[in-house]
Formats: sequence, C-alpha cells, structure tokens
Amino acid sequence: MPSTTCCASAAASGSAESVGRRVLITGLDTFWGGRMAQALEAQSDVDMILGLGTKEPKVPLERTEFVRSDQKYSILSRIVRATQVDTIVHTFLETNSSAVPSRVLHEINVIGTLNLLAAAGASGASVRKVVVKSSTHVYGASEQDPAWFREEDRRTGPVRTKLERSLIEVESLVRDFAEDNPHLDVTVLRFANVLGTDIITPISYNLRKRLLPCIAGFDPQVQFVEEDDVVRSLEFVTANRVPGVYNVAGEGKLPWSEVASIGGAHLLPLPPIRPRAFAAPFTRTGAIRFPPEMEGLFRYGRGVDSTKLRAAGFEYRYTSAGAVTSFARANNLRRATGTTSEEYRYEQDVEQFFRHSPAVVRGIDT
Amino acid sequence: MSDDRVTTTGVTPTTAHPDDNDLIDVIIGNARTKTADPTPDEVDADPEEQSAGSTISYLPVATRLTDVDNAPIDDPRRSDVDEWGRSERMRSIVRRLYDPMYRYWFRVEWEGLEKIPSEGGALLIANHAGAIPSDAPAIMHGIETELGRPVYGLADYFFRTLPGVGTMWSRTGGVPAHPDNAYRLLHDQKQLALVFPEGTKATSKTYSDRYRLRRFGRGGFVEIAMRAGVPVIPIAVVGAEESMPILFRIPSVAKALKLPYFPVTANSLLLGPLGYVTYFPTKFKLRVLDPITFDVEPEQDRYSRSRVMDEAERIRATMQDALHDMLRERRSVWFG
Repeated sequence: MPSTTCCASAAASGSAESVGRRVLITGLDTFWGGRMAQALEAQSDVDMILGLGTKEPKVPLERTEFVRSDQKYSILSRIVRATQVDTIVHTFLETNSSAVPSRVLHEINVIGTLNLLAAAGASGASVRKVVVKSSTHVYGASEQDPAWFREEDRRTGPVRTKLERSLIEVESLVRDFAEDNPHLDVTVLRFANVLGTDIITPISYNLRKRLLPCIAGFDPQVQFVEEDDVVRSLEFVTANRVPGVYNVAGEGKLPWSEVASIGGAHLLPLPPIRPRAFAAPFTRTGAIRFPPEMEGLFRYGRGVDSTKLRAAGFEYRYTSAGAVTSFARANNLRRATGTTSEEYRYEQDVEQFFRHSPAVVRGIDT
Repeated sequence: MSDDRVTTTGVTPTTAHPDDNDLIDVIIGNARTKTADPTPDEVDADPEEQSAGSTISYLPVATRLTDVDNAPIDDPRRSDVDEWGRSERMRSIVRRLYDPMYRYWFRVEWEGLEKIPSEGGALLIANHAGAIPSDAPAIMHGIETELGRPVYGLADYFFRTLPGVGTMWSRTGGVPAHPDNAYRLLHDQKQLALVFPEGTKATSKTYSDRYRLRRFGRGGFVEIAMRAGVPVIPIAVVGAEESMPILFRIPSVAKALKLPYFPVTANSLLLGPLGYVTYFPTKFKLRVLDPITFDVEPEQDRYSRSRVMDEAERIRATMQDALHDMLRERRSVWFG
C-alpha cells in the first residue's frame, strides 16, 4: 500500500521536509479560521501562527498571534513582509449571502482576495503556499447538472446570485495568480454544505429552528461535509504539496426530506414559483434562513465528486448522512443543556500577557 | 484490532511517533514478514528483530488512538434512496401498482429477453412513442420483474423541472441524460441504462409518422457505450404508438406552458383532460435484438465522429427493419 493512502502519515512526512512553518490565517474570528488555528497549534513543526480578523477570535487559542484588520486586508503586504510567513490559509471568504450585505460581500471576497494575492505574490515575498477556501456554490444548481461535478466541469446554469458571482470571481483571481506564480503551491478547496457541532450555516440555522424550508414537489439530493473533515482537509492541504482545485464533500448524497428527518425538523413547503417571495414572512421574522444561492439547491440539489482529494491521500471521517447525524446529535445536546461548549471571550490584555510577559514560564502544562 | 490494521500502519510508519524511529523500523520489519513471505535466510538472519517485532506490533498505543480518531464513521442512512435518487422501496410500490396495467391492459409480450445480461453494464435503447410515453415504464417494469435487476431510465432533464413529477421520476429510476451520468452508471456501477436515442422528436411525432424512427440524435449513445465498454442492446417496441396517438400539436400553448410540445391526442378528444392520463389498451410486443459490441478501446476521450454516426445509423436501420418485421406479423392493434 502506498503511504499516500493514509492522510496522517502523508501529513507528517510532508511536514518533515519543511522545518518550522510560519502560517498566516485570515478570518481568525470566523469558525473556519479559529478552528484551523487551533489545529495548527497542535502541530509542533508550526513555528508561528498569525491570525487576521475583523473581530476578536471566538475560540481559545494558545500561541496564535491575533492582528485586527479591516475586511480588505490593506495592511497585509506589510504583515507578510514583516513576519516572513511561508503559508497563507485564506479562510475568510463569505459563503452565506444572508450574513452580510451584498456590498460587504464583494469587499470581503473579491477585494480581500485581491489584496491577499497581491501581498503573497509581491516580489521577494516569503510565501510558498496559498490555500483558499471556496465553496461548491461555484457550480450552481440547475436541472442540466450531472449527478456529480468534477473539479474541471463547468457549471451548466447561468450565474444568478451575487454570492456565486463573487466566488467565481475569487476563483478566477486565484487561477490567474497560480498561473503567474508557478513556484507557489496554490490549493483551492471547494466545500459542500457544512454541518457539524458548532458551525452556523443557513441550513444548520434552519435545522436548529426545527423548520426546514423546501420547495413543494422537489426532494433534491444534497451532500454535506462535517466540520471536523473541513478542518482536517485544510490541515491536510496545508501540510502537503497538493496544488490545484479540490472538491471537499462527504461520500454519498441524501434527499432533503431525509435531512429533515435525521435533523428532527419539519419541512416547510414553499410554492415552486417564486419560493423566496413566499418565504419572506418567515425570513423577516428570523424563523428560517433562505439566501438566494440556496434556491437552486432546494430544487435540484448538487453532488460533487470528491475522489480527487481522496486520491491525494485524504480520508474522510464522515459521509454526508454522517455529517447530518453529527449535527443532529450536537443539536440534541444543545436542546437539553442550552449550549454545547463553554462560552469563550477574548481579552486582549490577558492574551498578550500569557504570550509575551517574561513572568510566564512557558513550556509547562497549566 | 485485526492484523490487517497492524500491517497497514506498518507500511505507513509515520502514523506512529515521528521521533520514535526504532519503533517504526520494528513495525516495518514486522509488516514485511507478515505481508510478503520472507525467504528462510532472512528469517534466520535476524531472529531477534522477528520476536521483537511480533511483541511490539500490538504496543504502539498512539498509533491506535489516531487510527480510532481518524476511523471513518458509519453511514447512518434512513431511506434507501441511492445516489441517483432511485428508491427500491418506492420502485416496488410502483411495480405493484403498475403490474395490472402491464399484465392486463397492455398485455406485454417479450421476445428475446434472455439477450439482456443478468449482470454487467449494458445500454438498452428503444424506439419511443406516445404523447406521454408508455414504453419506458413497460420496459423498466418487464426487465426488473423478469431479471430482478434495476433499470435506470435516462431522459431529458426537462422532467426535473416539474414539481412532483421530477421527484417521482427520480425515485422510480429516472436519471437526467448527461454523458457523465451514463458513464458512471454503465462503467463504474455496471448497471442497465435505458435510453431513447430519438428523444422528444419521437414522442412529439403525429400518428401519421408512426413507427418511422427519427434521427438518432448525434449518436451520443454509441459514444457512451464505446467509452464505457458496454454493449448496446436495441429493443423494438410495437403497440406504444397507438396507446396515445398525437393528432396534432399546438406550438403556441407549448410555448406559453414552457413545454417541449403540446399534443392533442386521440385520447384527449375522446376523454377530455382524462385522456392525458389514460392509454388505449393496445397490445404491446417487445423484441430484444442482438447485443452490439464495438471493437474499440474503451475510456477514450473522443471517438471518430464518422464511426459513431455510422454505428448509430446502422443500429437505427436494424431497429427499423425489426419494427417493420413485427408490424408485418401484427394482425390487430388491440390483440397483436
């Protein structure tokens, strides 16, 4: 058996050659950035972790340095030069258009990525690897879709939503960047719908509210990826040389009605014509979330072929149905106790003290 | 934990402690002796390593823990809907409901059903007829009951856009006709796929054109069968044409309703709107023709266009001959 079939071993062997990695993570205050920083802290060969965020991190971090920046990363090239990072993990891409206004969405996704790539590609920059978190929303969802999209497949339907447009623009920026900088490893991960213990997405929001919108007469087949697999895949591509575009999605698909059944939610059927208009009373009152990029998904579903990342050596822990079940179990706990984990509050002074004060004796477990 | 697991981790030693090189070497040695048969010389050469390996192979706790951590978790499904949207449970309900129709209404009769393989992929093609085609359910039902293996019906993605119909179609074995879908079904999963190469050109034709095969598209089905390395099995269907004959079409209504065509059928003239869900009780006869295999290398990106078109045309001619032959033998539309 070749060693690449085991992701942990491949990760370890990949990291062995590059000693003392210095990693920059964008979106430290988001779920993805925070979890990724936690995962990297556990790796002894990572010398320095620097996190950029517009707000304070929401998870406790041991040694990650936090830098507050604006959404456009105008200070990024200075930071890259000053810290000599070799890896940039770009997780700060908004993939949920109901979370931010569309103008901000463009700023975050397109302008943010533009500045990030400019900093990474500047002459004399120390960066060797760029990892970008994208979404399977770039494939869209239309009736002409194949059952499984491969990475090289083009979308079949027109681009209708602002989110999809911005993500496609981001990916084309990254593609151009990879072409212009062949000495860099540029990896794009396209994640399917994420579910798990902690992350809040439009779908998990609806499942938590026990009301899952659907379009009457449609029971599409959908795919999920569990949040642990998300972090593990980001770790995997950060530690290994796997340039290119990869789909990240759990194995198999399941019908929307089964998602509701596993998640313990009721289906809210909306009329097939203008479903979002009919959903407006529910979305306004916060009963459900129904961003425009979900309409195609609710009608036709989406499947992406994840064999390419598997062939590169990554192993998934959860199937699509497993991701939904993992979420449902966490949700049961949340209903019973009110919360799944202790609330964490970032205190700038305390964190600075623990990281930099000479009074702190480092290297012992507290 | 089984021995397999130990040998697996042994070959990929870095799952263990990366700094504990001695241990890793021992595991590798152990794995080698377990997987490949060592020559007697090798065994004699280092008996100590042998014994050490066999005792230590159970020890690396960290390896096992990470294995457990990374072990895939079971797939907890609640329905039996497969990746194509087909549900065997739903399919069996539909079969039970459709069976009287198949048996007593159309009185379907097969000829040469043994030519359809009981395992392995094959691309079934058939002539298409009826404003709302009655041939696809009959073919799928017949093969599923007689051979006990599923048939996936590839059809225009237009079906997917219809609320209710699209879902029902998908649950009962319908798959959007996309080359990637067909390849995956035929090559990777070795299933039976049913295709109507004429497409809607056949179902929209009027009664005066009955049993005249339309153009076989651009021969895409031949190319798919070549790429997947499966035989094409033509099925000639007689009876479907008369079960819901189209008298004329109204293009303006079709355009307004965004339908591929809007037919006015003999059924609808006799029965009103009910005519769109009622077939005439014609006698169905299905003849399975000899499987056609292509003498080409499978899994090519592209095949000679002229070769593909020639093969498609040849298959079309064979089917047309078979249809004429069957019609020559038929004495009555209703009794066969």
